[in-house]
Amino acid sequence: MTKKKVIKKKATKKKVTKKTTHKISKGMIFEYAPAPESTKVEILPKYGNFIGGKFVAPKSGKYMESRNPATGELITKIALSNASDIDSAVKAARKAYTETWSKLSGMDRGKYLFRIARIIQERSRELAILETMDGGKPIKESRDVDLPLVAQHFFYNAGWADKLDYVMPGKKVKSIGVCGQIIPWNFPLMMAAWKIAPALACGNTIVLKPAEQTSLTALRLAEICKEAGLPDGVVNIVTGAGETGAALVEHKDVNKIAFTGSTDIGKHIARTAGKTDKKLTMELGGKSANIIFADAAIDQAVDGVVNGIYFNQGHVCCAGSRLLVEESVKDIVLKKLQKRMKQIRVGNPLDKNTDLGAINSKEQLDKIKSLVKQGKTEGGEFWQAPCSLPTKGYFFAPCYFVDQSGSASISREEVFGPVLSITTFRTPEEAVIKANDTAYGLAAGVWSEKGSKIHKVAAGLRAGVIWANTYNKFDATSPFGGFKESGYGREGGRHGLLPYLEVR
Amino acid sequence: MNLAVLKTVKMYVGGAFIRSESGATAPFYKKGTKEEIARVCVASRKDFRNAVVAAKAGEKSWSTKTAYNRSQILYRMAEMSQGKQDELVNLLKDTMGMTPAAAFKEVTAAIDTFVYYAGWCDKYQQVIGAVNPVAAPYHNFTGPEHMGVIVHIDSNSFSLAKLVDNICVILVGGNSVVSIVSPECSPVVTTLGEIFETSDLPPSAVNLLSGDYKSILSIISEHMEVKGISFQNEDKAEYYELRSKSVDNMKRIIPNKMGTRQSLDLVLDFVEQKTVWHPIGY
Repeated sequence: MTKKKVIKKKATKKKVTKKTTHKISKGMIFEYAPAPESTKVEILPKYGNFIGGKFVAPKSGKYMESRNPATGELITKIALSNASDIDSAVKAARKAYTETWSKLSGMDRGKYLFRIARIIQERSRELAILETMDGGKPIKESRDVDLPLVAQHFFYNAGWADKLDYVMPGKKVKSIGVCGQIIPWNFPLMMAAWKIAPALACGNTIVLKPAEQTSLTALRLAEICKEAGLPDGVVNIVTGAGETGAALVEHKDVNKIAFTGSTDIGKHIARTAGKTDKKLTMELGGKSANIIFADAAIDQAVDGVVNGIYFNQGHVCCAGSRLLVEESVKDIVLKKLQKRMKQIRVGNPLDKNTDLGAINSKEQLDKIKSLVKQGKTEGGEFWQAPCSLPTKGYFFAPCYFVDQSGSASISREEVFGPVLSITTFRTPEEAVIKANDTAYGLAAGVWSEKGSKIHKVAAGLRAGVIWANTYNKFDATSPFGGFKESGYGREGGRHGLLPYLEVR
Repeated sequence: MNLAVLKTVKMYVGGAFIRSESGATAPFYKKGTKEEIARVCVASRKDFRNAVVAAKAGEKSWSTKTAYNRSQILYRMAEMSQGKQDELVNLLKDTMGMTPAAAFKEVTAAIDTFVYYAGWCDKYQQVIGAVNPVAAPYHNFTGPEHMGVIVHIDSNSFSLAKLVDNICVILVGGNSVVSIVSPECSPVVTTLGEIFETSDLPPSAVNLLSGDYKSILSIISEHMEVKGISFQNEDKAEYYELRSKSVDNMKRIIPNKMGTRQSLDLVLDFVEQKTVWHPIGY
């Protein structure tokens, strides 16, 4: 009762302030009252690792703090694991692989995955809240994008477990063994699902290391695996920082490393694992181009640009961080984009109306600020949406740079934040050349109402995912992954199974 | 007196038959004897770099050909090798000391390999591509695309059919090739080059060098325009070195597949998969 009162009070207060700051000449504007999601999820004071079907304390006895980036508050403590914890997890995974999992029929493996998918669907609200508290992404994104995809990935891959003979026509396939999986903090549970579901469907066992900033939902997934009755040791979750991940990469009894994260760390892993027979899947960074032609449906395109770069605070490897606009529509696109950006609601990620949540960590916020600061010294114009930011936590208002050179840092480096680089082009050929002028090749967007042009441009773009007249769409049936320095291997779809199989 | 003409076996780069820019050659002896039967060129690191520049141009013209056209060109390679069957058999007999029967079998296998992959050029997309049933109103499809310039490094155990298989799997996907043929099989370089040259293959789509790749291994692994390496050797230490040194541009390193030949999964190793989304609606 008291809580409700507080909220009401806040709402009234906010309404009053807004009325004084917004002058509306025509029509009506609907102000949004705070609509916070409740945070009644059970969180233990600390979490150990999930090894061999049990939660166990890290051998060093050391724990790290897990904080809410929107408030800075401590959520819980998670294990800071070392090589010895990794070794236990790999041993558990190997035992489960040899004794249980590889002996199960595909049908039975599939049934476990179907069960997990159902439990995820049933507990999705709890998982979404936890994801938002832990990582700072808006609740409407974790609820409407992340969680449905998490469940779908398990559901989709479950059905493959007994149909692996159809993956590679004319060839026999078999599982690889123990897979080490290292995932980032931008889509914590979704990345875990992308990695675990196909690996298990193909008959492998896994050791997953979530990002140190966002391990909570992976640990909750461990509970779900237990609840589903998954045999001990098939899924092992070991939390920790860089050293923990390195121990997993270097472990001699790991047959495969699947990594999603920055290109720098990916290269480091590839260099280390390259000296062994370990198979590798690398889903790395990007600097994806979003191309708007003059014949595009401009309003839809502008919305697509906003979704392309400001979705999940721009913490998206395939973010459309370079906007290429046909010169003749530059002015109108910029005008509409500014108008649209002014409507982006930045704030409490747990509020159901929030569009742009918290930057995932202080380190990331510092990185974004530093790149923007550097960007301002490299020419072009800078514009940032005029919005008030919460005083606590890590926030950054959406912004863009216009007409910077192709060599400027904002045009080349992956910012991983709500920062867009805008340049122009005159011909489709020029657009394709500019779009491909990057070491990355993860994704690209094309906006035009002319079908033939879309296909021609899509064919010329050197990237693994092309969104035509849309952006940032994902699905468990749709392969995802990059060309060039964005890595190799695919996740999702039939193609997503191949990295977890040996073709004979 | 019937004095034999000792020819120098030239390399094939950019659609031309060339010697090494360094002028380096090495004697080639009939297998198991000290009888010099030819001189082979020894490629330098500059030859390799030039070949990559040529292959980059070849990539553009080859990858944009229609699948049907690529299929016909690979079939043309089979036709041209059939015409050179006797020459190839004699070459294998003279240089490798193969029996006539063994040489004939090897050449037939090589011709069959061209025919096999000619058939894949306009079909593999259908077998390994997909229309993905996404849970939203979007048309979503995945299809293979060429990777770029691929360097093929051959082992010392020579087999003409294997060499042809290794080159074909790269070509089927629309990639261009720089093949560094091991010294032991260098004598076939010119003849093979003549087959490619007369098959309507765009100049530079296949480039053949002869020499010891080991001396330029780090140059190969660090070259930023090389997108993948077909490593047909069983030397583990070398494989690890190549893998760990090739990460600057995230090269795809494809290891030797234990004698697997004429197989679709080999083609798959040298293609990227591209997924395209488009909304469905009025």
